[in-house]
Amino acid sequence: MNEVSEPADEDEISDLENTAADAGTAPQTSDDQPLIEARNVSVVFDDQVVLQDIELQITRGQTVAIIGESGCGKTVFMKTLVGLVKPTQGEIYFDGEGLHHMGYSELTQTRRRFGFVFQNAALFDSMSVFENVAFPLRQSEVVSETVVDERVMQHLAEVGLSKNVAYKRPAELSGGMRKRVGLARALILKPEVVVYDEPTTGLDPIMSDVINELILDTRRRYPVTSVVVTHDMHTARKVSDRVLMFYPRLRLGDNESQVLFDGPPSSLEHAEDRRVRQFVRGEAGERLTELAHGLSG
Amino acid sequence: MSDSGNSLYSTQKTESAFVRWVNQWGSAVVDGITTIGDMTLFSGRMLKWLFTRLPCRGTVLVNFYQVGALSLPVVALTGTFIGMVLAVQSYAQFHAIGLDSRLGAVINSTLVKELGPVLAATMLAGRVGGAMAAVLGTMRVTEQIDALTAMGADPIHYLVVPRFLACILLIPSLTIMADFMGIVGGYFYSVIILGIDHAAYLNHSRDGVTGFDLFSGIFKSVFFGSTIAIVSCYRGFNCEPGAEGVGKAATTAFVYSFVLILAVDLFLTIVMNSIYYTIYPNGTSFL
Repeated sequence: MNEVSEPADEDEISDLENTAADAGTAPQTSDDQPLIEARNVSVVFDDQVVLQDIELQITRGQTVAIIGESGCGKTVFMKTLVGLVKPTQGEIYFDGEGLHHMGYSELTQTRRRFGFVFQNAALFDSMSVFENVAFPLRQSEVVSETVVDERVMQHLAEVGLSKNVAYKRPAELSGGMRKRVGLARALILKPEVVVYDEPTTGLDPIMSDVINELILDTRRRYPVTSVVVTHDMHTARKVSDRVLMFYPRLRLGDNESQVLFDGPPSSLEHAEDRRVRQFVRGEAGERLTELAHGLSG
Repeated sequence: MSDSGNSLYSTQKTESAFVRWVNQWGSAVVDGITTIGDMTLFSGRMLKWLFTRLPCRGTVLVNFYQVGALSLPVVALTGTFIGMVLAVQSYAQFHAIGLDSRLGAVINSTLVKELGPVLAATMLAGRVGGAMAAVLGTMRVTEQIDALTAMGADPIHYLVVPRFLACILLIPSLTIMADFMGIVGGYFYSVIILGIDHAAYLNHSRDGVTGFDLFSGIFKSVFFGSTIAIVSCYRGFNCEPGAEGVGKAATTAFVYSFVLILAVDLFLTIVMNSIYYTIYPNGTSFL
């Protein structure tokens, strides 16, 4: 039911607008060493090459938007970053440590330094909103229930959700509320990196902007590095200070890189590559011809 | 020219059909071996967690309630009916040779040795196994299992171990309930409906069941429970995307569990019989 946005509480929305008003400037605490580094990463499922030789570095404090059409491997890449998908070839380094060198407990500790906001929020159906947000806290630390209660309520308030929502089941929430609960859950362990998978997909324009403002607000409140996977150009332009555009491997020539664009959002319109400009402008281009000939994958 | 051409064409056609047939069987065999290997690794990971760190009480109790308390009425009811059905089916033959009062021995023996454990396991596979596969499959499809991993929790430890514990620890109780209700149902139908003498029925009933039979049935049920938990959780974890994938996972979980229960039953019955006749060469029981 992600398409449905809740009849938002006016007070909640105005609170969000106030807190996000000055959030456009992120703390730029970049240092020389990249926080996340992908070296020659390829992912192959059965015979299908999803990612090939991806090389990129993300420095601390950056907000990187990964854009690209459906099926280009954005989500797979994002899951590769936290070790949910193992690269067929190549390595992912986090804070200088290779994920492939890590044992189970080390990888678990590293994953707790990430906050992950899933496309459909991936809230646990069997738990209330409160239990969902408290879950990472209870899993990782021995804390008293008073502290859990305090922190859960604080994080729900930060994403503009009232106490009444805390004891509802995820099935009772609208798409926008679910995404906000997902964000609260991702932030409760104060992660160094927050990864957003299609944060505004399926939401109406108002709720999409609320989510965008929350992403900016998160940057302002916490010194996080963010990776936002999206095909919503408004989100990419608004929240990021660097944009990467992935392109489906199948549609590329042999020696072409799968990352067609890597630069600030302001350069997107003037990108040299025609395919980037087409995507940014939302033009079908040669796809219409391909569709007519039944070639589109 | 034409004949040889046709013959060549026909040979190629036959070969390609044969190659296709070999390909299909080959890939089915490879898939089967891969699934067995995957399931073994899955079970290994589950057992590793079971012996290193038990899940928290909250998750275990929820599963105990689902598997035990909620299955009890349906197992008791089906057990009762099976006991009565056995009485109905056997009565005519026993009556024809004047051995009506021996009916209890046959009913009770059949229930305690075979039908009780298999029936309890089948009900569990249908009621709980299918639901487990559907729940875990939905969690897989909606990325909840990925979310668990991303938050530093192991999905096998958090989701599979409690279900496994619930199945293996509670299936003996369900089996005892199926046995008991089946015996009661058989007694009710034989004595109250068919009018068999109460005292004679009870006397022969006692003779029909040994302590070893009871132990054997309960012992087998633990293996049935572990089969149901592992197969159902594995199918759920490897669910294909979409509603169809979840439905398929639930169906295959039940079908595979049921087939494996019968196969394990055959194997364990042979083993238990061998043990019994090794301990008691003359067929006497320890009770």
